[in-house]
Amino acid sequence: MAHRYTSDLTWADVTPRSVYMNRRQLMAGGAALLGAGMIGGRARAQDALEPNTFEEITTYNNFYEFGTGKSDPAQNAHTLTTAPWQIVIDGLVDNPGTYSFEQVVEGMTIEERIYRFRCVEAWSMVIPWNGFELADLLQRVGVQEGARYVAFETAMRPDEMPGLRVPVLDWPYREGLRLDEAMHPLTLLATGLYGEPMPNQNGAPIRLVVPWKYGFKSIKSIVRITLTAEEPVATWNATQPSEYGFYSNVNPNVDHPRWSQSSERRIGGGLFAARQPTLMFNGYENEVASLYEGMDLSEFF
Amino acid sequence: MSDLVLQRVNSGLRRVPPLLLYMGGVAWGGWLFWLAATGGLGVEPIEALEHRYGEVALQLIVLGLAVTPMRQWLGLNLMPFRRAIGVLAFGFVAAHFLVWAVLDVQSVSAIWADIVKRPYVTVGMAGLLLLIPLAATSNNWSVRKLGGMRWRQLHKLVYPAAVLGAVHFVWLAKGFQIEPLVYLFLIAGLVALRVAPRRRRVGA
Repeated sequence: MAHRYTSDLTWADVTPRSVYMNRRQLMAGGAALLGAGMIGGRARAQDALEPNTFEEITTYNNFYEFGTGKSDPAQNAHTLTTAPWQIVIDGLVDNPGTYSFEQVVEGMTIEERIYRFRCVEAWSMVIPWNGFELADLLQRVGVQEGARYVAFETAMRPDEMPGLRVPVLDWPYREGLRLDEAMHPLTLLATGLYGEPMPNQNGAPIRLVVPWKYGFKSIKSIVRITLTAEEPVATWNATQPSEYGFYSNVNPNVDHPRWSQSSERRIGGGLFAARQPTLMFNGYENEVASLYEGMDLSEFF
Repeated sequence: MSDLVLQRVNSGLRRVPPLLLYMGGVAWGGWLFWLAATGGLGVEPIEALEHRYGEVALQLIVLGLAVTPMRQWLGLNLMPFRRAIGVLAFGFVAAHFLVWAVLDVQSVSAIWADIVKRPYVTVGMAGLLLLIPLAATSNNWSVRKLGGMRWRQLHKLVYPAAVLGAVHFVWLAKGFQIEPLVYLFLIAGLVALRVAPRRRRVGA
């Protein structure tokens, strides 16, 4: 069921394509927007939530399969073959099988969702994704009784992913969600951004987007989705359990052991950008807080 | 390298005034800042500049530690530049710290909290503090005032400072990464060379 979530950000907030390629014009546009808001007489929350430019979103990435530097994915990910693309859907589902990307997307309503994106490294962006709700796919394949989690896996192709040569992580990259998180209307399988097919460095052709969790939960270039009864392995959690929890909900009150999570830096502000406070559940508290009722979020971080 | 070539290189190097090195270092630091301010270091210039300054500092520290071994084993004499290398290393560490404190963390209480609470910051800070007396005494007047012996003793602080710098880099990396380990390996090796009792004494 599509359209269950409506962003407070609209396409009116997105910089037009002709402008977003040009930084200077974009900044002028932002100033104009700000000016219009002030004429309106009251500050609007989304003034601060103008989406990042296409350039920012596609040149500053964590995708360790293509290198650990932020610009490595943009440089190296062009080698990834994204068509044909197959996704194995298995585990506790009624219709397990190997689905082509086209089969997965067929019949899905591709929506535009402008979400905040908060990395565990304390930087953030606002990204206009295109995608469909994961819940729609799960409903189509039929979730069986007893399934409580969803596991995801990223492609592992040493020929196409130079980063795999270094054992930075225990490849392939894996992530997981609790079933209710996976079924939440905010949870997206994204196939594009800014109306363009998903760029390789952003997780082409299809990736998860869970906007209230740290970015590493939003696994890229998915080749496997498995419904399980037990909590699945999540790569960062397995690598360093004291630093990266299974839940990894954005939470300004629970610090990463090596750095504070109370504030973040919006990418795109330049060398003298001020930090801004990080919001509980990355600003989606109204939508998702009920999922974690009664849980101690400093224990289940 | 044949002796003749080495002689030529060494005598050529003797004609290069260390001032040139200072100027080059300052220009490099300024150039990186300019790049960061004008988008040349990517869309997240604060982190990029912080990392670049830290990286240059580590490279200069490695070079500084390598001056004596290079003279002993390769016959290459960079001794006239060692002070400039050290002072510039301190300059880049200080710039790295300032970018972190002023542009990145942005608040005095948060700076203090990070230094106290986060071991990799604590370690980096300790390394910086150890370098301050070395930078302050990197002048002829201080060498005379302290006397060669005490001055040399004091400047052995560069060994722990270098190791702390390398540990700082390894500690802040996410996952298993090669680059910080390369610095740790290089610095640990060079410090071991310097600290280990020397069997043979080479002139001067």
